[in-house]
Amino acid sequence: MTAADFLHLVTFVAALLAVTPLLGRWLADVLGGETPVGLRVLAPVERLLYRAGGVSPDEDMSWPQYAGALVAFNLLGGAVVLALQLAQGYLPLNPEGFGAVPLGVAVNTAVSFLTNTNWQAYSGEASLSYLTQMSGLGVQNFLSAATGLAVLAALARGFRRQSAAGLGCFWADLVRSTLYVLLPLSFALALVLVAQGVVQSFAPYVRATGLEGSEQVIPLGPAASQVAIKQLGTNGGGFFGLNSAHPFENPTPLSNFLQALAILALPAGCVHAFGLLTGARRHAWTLYAVMLVFFLGALGLSLWSEYATPGAATLALEGKEVRFGVTPSVLWATSTTVASNGSVNAMHSSLSPLAGGLALGNILLGEIIFGGIGSGLYGMVMMAVLAVFLAGLMVGRTPEYLGKKIESQEVRMAAVAVLLPCAVVLIGCAVSCLTAAGRAAPGNPGPHALTELLYAWGSMANNNGSAFGSLAATGGLYTWGGALAMLAGRFGVILPVLAFAGRIAAQRTVPASAGSFPTDGPLFAVLLASVILIVAGLTYFPALALGPVLEHLLLIAGRAC
Amino acid sequence: MTTLNRSLRLLAGLTLLTGFLYPLSVWVAGRRLWPEAAEGQLVRRADRILGSALLAQPARDPRHFWPRPSAGAYATVASGASQQAWTNAVLARTVAERRAALGGAPDLPPDLLTASGSGLDPHLSPAAARAQLARVAAARRLDAAQAGALAALLERRVEGGQFSPARINVLLLNLELDARFPE
Repeated sequence: MTAADFLHLVTFVAALLAVTPLLGRWLADVLGGETPVGLRVLAPVERLLYRAGGVSPDEDMSWPQYAGALVAFNLLGGAVVLALQLAQGYLPLNPEGFGAVPLGVAVNTAVSFLTNTNWQAYSGEASLSYLTQMSGLGVQNFLSAATGLAVLAALARGFRRQSAAGLGCFWADLVRSTLYVLLPLSFALALVLVAQGVVQSFAPYVRATGLEGSEQVIPLGPAASQVAIKQLGTNGGGFFGLNSAHPFENPTPLSNFLQALAILALPAGCVHAFGLLTGARRHAWTLYAVMLVFFLGALGLSLWSEYATPGAATLALEGKEVRFGVTPSVLWATSTTVASNGSVNAMHSSLSPLAGGLALGNILLGEIIFGGIGSGLYGMVMMAVLAVFLAGLMVGRTPEYLGKKIESQEVRMAAVAVLLPCAVVLIGCAVSCLTAAGRAAPGNPGPHALTELLYAWGSMANNNGSAFGSLAATGGLYTWGGALAMLAGRFGVILPVLAFAGRIAAQRTVPASAGSFPTDGPLFAVLLASVILIVAGLTYFPALALGPVLEHLLLIAGRAC
Repeated sequence: MTTLNRSLRLLAGLTLLTGFLYPLSVWVAGRRLWPEAAEGQLVRRADRILGSALLAQPARDPRHFWPRPSAGAYATVASGASQQAWTNAVLARTVAERRAALGGAPDLPPDLLTASGSGLDPHLSPAAARAQLARVAAARRLDAAQAGALAALLERRVEGGQFSPARINVLLLNLELDARFPE
C-alpha cells in the first residue's frame, strides 16, 4: 500500500464521519414531519402527490394497516417493473428494439428491485430498454429505499409513543423520504457524475469503427440519474451489466470515491436519525461505534488478504480497473457488502479467497453493519433487542430497552427478524448443493464453487445484490427460488419489525431505574458485538470453513483446482 | 380495495416524478453543461467515430499500444470479466500464456497479465505502457531520437499519480501516436 492509499482510506472514513450527523439531522427532520428550509419549494409537490393518491398525511395507521399499505404498494411497484420488462418491445424509448425479457429473469428482476436487493440476473445494456431502466428499475430504486426509511420512522415512533394505537402514516413517510431526501441528493450526485463522464443520453447506441478497423457498438442510456440513486438508496443494480466497474458507470477516481461514500452515507445517517427521533442519542452512537468497528475490521483484514496472499503481485488486478487500483476496490467491496448495496467496481469472484470470504461474511452478518437504507438500522435494533434479552436472562429480570419492556412477544419478533434470513440462506444453499441444476451453476472449481452458492443465497436473502459473477444465475432455481428468497428476506424482516413497533407503541414508557441495564457505553457495545458474531458464527462457520477458508489454505499450500 | 387504489394512484404520481421528470431534468442539465461527457466522450478522426475515450477497443497492430486483456474480447453489449478465482488453474494458465506472448519477462506489469473488471478498461499503468515502448518503436521503424520523443510523449500522457492511480488512456495515446509519427 502506498501513501496515497492510506490518504484515500483516511479521507473516506473522515468524510463518512463528517456527513453522518448532517444527514442524520436531515433524515430526522423529514421523518419527524418538518420540511427542511431549502426544500420548502417542493411542498406543493408533496400536497399534489397526496391529492393524486387520495391519501391524508395525517392518517395514523395501526401496525397492520401500515404493513398492509407497505406490502401492497411494494408488490404493485414490482408488478409494474415486471410488466415493463415483458412489454418493452411494444413501448417507446427502446432504440435497440429489445424484446420481452424471459419470464423467470423478469420476475427475479422485478422482485430484486422492489425488495431493494438489486441482484442482477439481467445485463442492462443487452436486454433492457431505456424506458424499462428509468421508469421501472429507477423508480423502484427510489421507492424501495423510501420504504426502508418509512419502516425506520415507524419503529422510532413505536419507541417514542406510549399507549398509542398508531405508527404514523406510511404514505406520508414514503412521499416525504422520496421528495425531501432521496430526490435532491440524487439530483446533485447525478450532475456531478455526468460531469465526470457517466452517460446520460437518450440517443441510440453508437456504431463506431475502431482505430484498427474493428466494429464497436457503444451502448448509451440515461445512466447517471440511475447510478446516483442506486448508490444513495443502497440498491446497487447496475445500468450496465458490469455495474460500477463499467467506465460509463464509474469513469474516474473521483466518481469512484463519491459513489463509494454514497453507499454508506445514508445508512450511517440513519443511525444518528434514530437517536434523534427516539431521544436515545448515546445509544445510537453506541450502535454506530459497533458498526464502525466491524467495518474497519473487515476492511483491514480484506486489505491484508488482497496484498499479502501468495500470488497477489500478479493476480490482485484480475477483475479490477487500473483507474481505481487495489485499495479503493477493496474499500468499495467492503462498503457495498456491509451496506446492503451490492454494486461492485471490481469482480468479487476474483478477489483473493479471504477478501471474497469477508465480503460474503459482511453480508451474512445480516446487513446490519450500516446495512441497507433504514433496514440496516432496524435490523441492528432487532439484534440489540436480543442482546438486551440475553442480559436480562443473566440478571434475572424483565429487560427494558429505550424505556420499553421487552417481553416474550417482543423477543419472538426480534428472533424471527434475525433468524429468518439465516434459514433462507442455509435452505437455499442446501437445495443448490443437492440438485443437479444447483451444482451446475458455479463457474469455478473447488471450494470456490461452494462460496459461489453461499454468496448467491446470502446476497439474495439478505437483500444485498452483489454476486460472485461466475455463477450462472439465469436458471429456474436461481431466478424463481431467488425471487422467493428475496421476498422472504425483505418482508420476513419488515413485518416482525412493524409488529414489534406496534406492540411497544401500545406500551407505557417505563422510566429507567438503577436496575435497568444501560444500553450505551462500552459494556453494551461488547455484548452486542458478541451477539452479532455468535449468531453469524453458529449459523455459517461450517460453510465458511469449507469455502473461503479452505480455498485460502489450498492457495498458500500452492494447490490449484 | 382502497389500499390498492391509493397505492396505484400514488405509484403513478411517484413514477412520473422519479421515473420521468428526474431523469429528464438530469438529461437536460447534462446536455447544457457537459454535452460531450453525457454522450459517452466519443472520439472522432476525420468525421469517423473511432470509439469512446472511456472504452478500450481491441488493438493487435504492433505499431499501437495494446490495452489490458479483456475476458469478454472487448465486446460492449454486454462486456465481460473472467470471474475466475485465484485458485482456478485456468486463470494461472491464462496468465502464463499472456506472459509468454509478451516475451516472458518475469517483471511484466500485472495489468498486462490480468483481465479487467469491466472488460473495457481504457487505461494502462505507466509501467505497462513503457513495457510496450520498444515494440512500438521497432514496428514504426523509429530512430533513437524519435524513440526518445515517443517515450516523452508517453510520460506526458500520464494522468493521476498523486491522489489516484497513475494511468494512461490507451486510445488517446494511440491517436496522438498516429498523428505524431505517421507512416
